[in-house]
Amino acid sequence: MLLAPVRGRCNVPARQDARGTHAEPFCLERTREKGWVTLVDTIASWPVLRQLREGDPLGRGRAAQSPRSKALRPRIDEADHVVQSICPYCAVGCGQLVYVRDGEVMHIEGDPASPISRGRLCPKGQASKSYIQSPVRELKVKYRRPYGTVWEELDLETAMDMIADRVVETRARHWQDETEDGAPANRTLAIANLGGATLDNEENYLIKKLCVGLGIVQVENQARI
Amino acid sequence: MGSNMAENHPVGFQWVMEARERGAEVIHIDPRFTRTSAMATKWVGIRAGSDIAFLGGIVNYILQNDLWFEEYVRHYTNAPVIIEDTFADTEELDGLFSGWDPEECTYDTTTWKYEGMELHGAAGNREEGFGPTGHQAGHGGAGGGLRHGEPPSEDPELSHPRCVFQILKRHYQRYTPELVAETCGCSVDDFVFVCEALVRNSGRERTSAFCYAVGWTQHTVGVQYIRTAAIIQQLLGNIGRPGGGILALRGHASIQGSTDIPTLFDILPGYLSMPHTKTYGDFDRFMEANISPTGWWGHFKAYWVSLMKAYFGEHANEDNDWLFRTFPRIDDDNSTYWTLEQMLEGTVKGYIVAGENPAVGNANGKAHRLALAKLDWLVVRDLVEIETASFWYDSPEIESGELSTTSIPTEVFFLPAASHVEKDGSFTNTQRLLQWHWQAVEPREDCRSELWFYFHRGRRIKEKLAGSKDERDALIEALQWSYPTHSPIQEPDAEAVLAEINGSVLESGAFLSSYKELKDDGSTACGCWIYCGVYADGVNNAARKKPRWEQNATAPEWAWAWPANRRIIYNRASADPDGRPWSERKKYVWWNGRRWTGDDVPDFDETKAPDYVPRRGARAEEAIAGSHPFIMQPDGRAWLYVPQGLEDAPLPAHYEPHESPFDNILYAQRASPRRQRHAGAAWDPYNPVADEPGSDLYPHVLTTYRLTEHHTAGGMTRSVPYLNELQPELFCEVSPELAREARLEHGGWATIYTSRSAIEARVLVTRRVKPLVVGGRTTHQIGVPYHWGTRLLSTGDSANDLMHAALDPNVHIMETKAVTCGIRPGRRPQGKALVDFVAEIRDQAQSQQAQEPRTEPGEVRRT
Repeated sequence: MLLAPVRGRCNVPARQDARGTHAEPFCLERTREKGWVTLVDTIASWPVLRQLREGDPLGRGRAAQSPRSKALRPRIDEADHVVQSICPYCAVGCGQLVYVRDGEVMHIEGDPASPISRGRLCPKGQASKSYIQSPVRELKVKYRRPYGTVWEELDLETAMDMIADRVVETRARHWQDETEDGAPANRTLAIANLGGATLDNEENYLIKKLCVGLGIVQVENQARI
Repeated sequence: MGSNMAENHPVGFQWVMEARERGAEVIHIDPRFTRTSAMATKWVGIRAGSDIAFLGGIVNYILQNDLWFEEYVRHYTNAPVIIEDTFADTEELDGLFSGWDPEECTYDTTTWKYEGMELHGAAGNREEGFGPTGHQAGHGGAGGGLRHGEPPSEDPELSHPRCVFQILKRHYQRYTPELVAETCGCSVDDFVFVCEALVRNSGRERTSAFCYAVGWTQHTVGVQYIRTAAIIQQLLGNIGRPGGGILALRGHASIQGSTDIPTLFDILPGYLSMPHTKTYGDFDRFMEANISPTGWWGHFKAYWVSLMKAYFGEHANEDNDWLFRTFPRIDDDNSTYWTLEQMLEGTVKGYIVAGENPAVGNANGKAHRLALAKLDWLVVRDLVEIETASFWYDSPEIESGELSTTSIPTEVFFLPAASHVEKDGSFTNTQRLLQWHWQAVEPREDCRSELWFYFHRGRRIKEKLAGSKDERDALIEALQWSYPTHSPIQEPDAEAVLAEINGSVLESGAFLSSYKELKDDGSTACGCWIYCGVYADGVNNAARKKPRWEQNATAPEWAWAWPANRRIIYNRASADPDGRPWSERKKYVWWNGRRWTGDDVPDFDETKAPDYVPRRGARAEEAIAGSHPFIMQPDGRAWLYVPQGLEDAPLPAHYEPHESPFDNILYAQRASPRRQRHAGAAWDPYNPVADEPGSDLYPHVLTTYRLTEHHTAGGMTRSVPYLNELQPELFCEVSPELAREARLEHGGWATIYTSRSAIEARVLVTRRVKPLVVGGRTTHQIGVPYHWGTRLLSTGDSANDLMHAALDPNVHIMETKAVTCGIRPGRRPQGKALVDFVAEIRDQAQSQQAQEPRTEPGEVRRT
């Protein structure tokens, strides 16, 4: 319904997969049937009496619930499905659960199953729903022509074609068969590629592979090794 | 040390806290008192840039007091190996090692080798990219040339004056507690406390770990920082054992993955060397230079050929040397700062930036922005419009008039990227664990993954060049570039790429399950030999998510660790030479009489007995004895002393940072002689140092750092409302003493300046930074986070604009953790006045320097 089924995608219903993420105080039991309200009922519903009667002497569990709070449901209950993911920030690699409704991410929280993070996330990981749904996130290609003073719109396909042309032209014009000493070079030093530490392994694999094929040797990222 | 783990890796820090709860000692040694210090059982404040003196002092303390783990050191390290008599130490040459060439400013590292050892690649082949500077061996791409696994000369008694153990002892003999205190600005008592705690918590029954981050690496001697810790951990027997190690706390989700499967200039997947221009055209010589006769690098050819089959399929075969003749070649340095220089000179025309923000994140940010304005075209791919994309209309240089929008020729393409929940793929975390993240939603509008961008760009380029007869296009035509796609946007299938990385037997198509199955005859293909097995039997092991409560503490069925799902590498060292656990308490992997077994996948040939002795002429892993755990090394041992592979030193020596207010207390040589500089380059001016005239204009030590609420150059956090409410602006941390001295007001503004630029920041007066007495002189340290730039939800000056680009020679990393600076109250001048302000102080300093130039021995002007 949301996406074309993809091989291997985790499509577990939210409630089932999120088991263990909700502590007992939020358990979703049905409340007792209420008859008509008598004075005895009213007195019996006084919090102190309820604390004693319901085995919750500190008043931190069931006794503290009001009809309103009893009716509360976690918003993730409304998710269509939940997907296991990994936090995109630092290299600890905390597990994330991404809850999806109507094709939109509705919530991200820590994955309790992860032996690394045990359900915890730092402020960045906690806020990663806002990262992907940031008010300043760009959704369209932007183009600045040489000496231009403004961004212009550009169709993605056109941009891809123009970029492919730039690579082909620059490479053809600035190819180095040999170094000045006559050693083989088989490269262009006129194109450089930067970035990788925030990307997936599969992406880095294609980047390096393509750069090797094109003779682009100035391939670098944030890592120094 | 070198890390503020509680702040920057908070969820990882839960384990440190838990260990502390169970009685572990947690020591934090750092220039600042941070959140980590607050949670530690002991904090020691030291001067930024002085860690090698501190660590070297620990080495000396261990050796002088005979506190080393004798059996471990004798059997598992190269302590007994005798070094050539050509080697001379810094103690003899006052801060230089033997082999120094003052003209070239490089070392002839052949003077550092094991006695009787042939230089690998054979003499006369130096120009083959395996030269005396050892550059191409720098990534473990090949070890030294040991012919039979055992070094030619050893002294098991460790008493020969030229054995590593004795050299080590002499090298660090002057690193006394008093000298450490004087250099680092800490007390003798604090230093001795650390030594005693480390020793007390190491040995058969206990282990200690070092955790570090870029506080250690971002120095002109960054590699040597880690090396010093490695020496300590070898002497104390803390490598390859549970609870031990030197743990890199890396900063990006897949920064480990991006070196394993590198987007780096000098290596190919699995740390295979890129061929060098000096390797000429000969495949056999390239192989000879890279195949280590002994150790697992002995199979370099199988790794290489299998990669070529993954890249080029049937086009690569034995008859054409697997396309080696047309393979691109690198020079000594094609790293990012070299590229920056080329951009400034105008020889780089096109730049593609994907998920990085060099205009804010790289040292000397101004130079990067000026360089972007020299390009013909630039492609920026990110989720938000970062400073690297907007430099042409919104940068400090536009404001100052150094750049003008209408004169910038650069054509800029900004392409929005997809986030981690909008694509399938794997990150490799700092523990070498490949963890799969599933796509949750479709990317919106023009947002696309890098997988999509690079695949479709490659596809278009291949189409445009199809049928070309030009030899330069042979490689791109041969490139295997067909991956299944899905969804309406034609997203490539990430699992298909992972399957190629894993590798397969070409004839049957069966997936490989281990790098041991790789062949050098072209019958196997594998995109990254160390990742071989991640897709064994067609199962995506990176996507294993078996909950932690359903498995043991090692959690072997959560994701997949390279190599071979080993969670602790070199874990054979967790057992003694006879294969017995060092202690019941620290039992991990052991020999059960028939095979190696234990809580982890043994990092050793499973059936190689502890008493195995290699036969004469044995090669590769067969040449590693049963009692030598370090199987990637040609001699199977951990290296206290590094005879080959590093550019700057076989043993770490304390050098001052490139910019520091002090002379070197230990040697006449002040800073690392081998550091990479851009001497005389207008774009990278340096502050006068030590007692040079003009250095008093930049009297303080400046260090940069990160905050929990922000990530690196801010591209992933300055767009998040919550995080910017929590950390809305740039500040600097100064001590009350400095505040008084420089008339700084808490909450007010300060201007911090270097020869490169000046920034303004809110002043945070705090006792978390304290003045230190170094060499009898009081020095102030200033801390500045580096997350800000001109754009997004919170803006501010970039701390990296203050930084110079002098580099470590091994890995080309910048020294952003220790430079010198000046500080004044108030906001900085704006616009052109900013440039004038910086230039005025710089000119003043330089004119004083010119009147009284300082010369150090060893080089024409050895600073």
